[in-house]
Amino acid sequence: MTKIKSLADLRKKQEVFQSQIMLRERSEKAEQLVQVKVAMATCGIASGAKDVMDFMIGAFEKRNIPAVVTQTGCMGYCYAEPTIEVTLPGQEPIVYGYVDLKKADEIIEKYIKTGELVDGIIPVNYQSIDK
Amino acid sequence: MKELALHILDIGHNSVAAGASMLQIEMDYRNDGILQLSFEDNGKGMSSDEAQKALSPYFTGRTTRKVGLGLPLLKHTAEQCGGELSIVSERGRGTKVVATFQTRHIDLPPVGDLAGIVMMLATAKEDMRLLFTLRSDGKSYTFDTEEIKQALGGNIPLNHPVVADDIRGLFIENSNEIRNFS
Repeated sequence: MTKIKSLADLRKKQEVFQSQIMLRERSEKAEQLVQVKVAMATCGIASGAKDVMDFMIGAFEKRNIPAVVTQTGCMGYCYAEPTIEVTLPGQEPIVYGYVDLKKADEIIEKYIKTGELVDGIIPVNYQSIDK
Repeated sequence: MKELALHILDIGHNSVAAGASMLQIEMDYRNDGILQLSFEDNGKGMSSDEAQKALSPYFTGRTTRKVGLGLPLLKHTAEQCGGELSIVSERGRGTKVVATFQTRHIDLPPVGDLAGIVMMLATAKEDMRLLFTLRSDGKSYTFDTEEIKQALGGNIPLNHPVVADDIRGLFIENSNEIRNFS
């Protein structure tokens, strides 16, 4: 694969990108995507949340799991950083704390792939009024 | 923070939170042995009072907590490395933060994964344009999300799995020409 070194290289590859994107879109639907939010405030960044985010993005690609990983601000659980919020399609979001790379791997293999809950869940004890 | 890249990611997030539509970051390895790192955004800004208070860990714009560590931590690193941090802001116009470090100072953290954090900041807010300029030895490279989006054609987010590796590679290739961090 030729390395991209300039904007011109990117332009030349436009058609390749377009067809690859269309291939993906056919096999992925928004409601079926797993959503992972990684808390990236100062406490998160200092505790290694960036590495967790990079790891998860790579792992989802390699293991062919349709997922969206995004960075968010402080979720409030600074004592338990890095924290991630995982929402399986059609389910309530669950927040995991103390997520290092090993834990992230476990969460992907157990919770995301099979639905089996993993240790380290931070309970959210409120429900909004309109529920 | 163990790496400069993490400081950059952290402070960059402030501009995202401030609703900026443009963030310019410059990393200038000056000829006088000083590394100058500056962030300039057009977000909601602060009064000059608030801007000075922002350098304290006990001041923050968010509501989930009473502590804001990003700027104080960067200030600490800068001062530990024989440099300083200044902040200028104006409500409704934006904020500019400039941090300096002695490039050869023994306590200067390693740069870290610059490409990775530039990618993260480039995609942190869809309508925010990021310009990241690296300068050294009279050379410079600017990573401009606007230019890249145009080169990609269509409306492709820069972190889309199909293009992410290429964009990251583009940054690494060009930044290594300016200064090789490895």
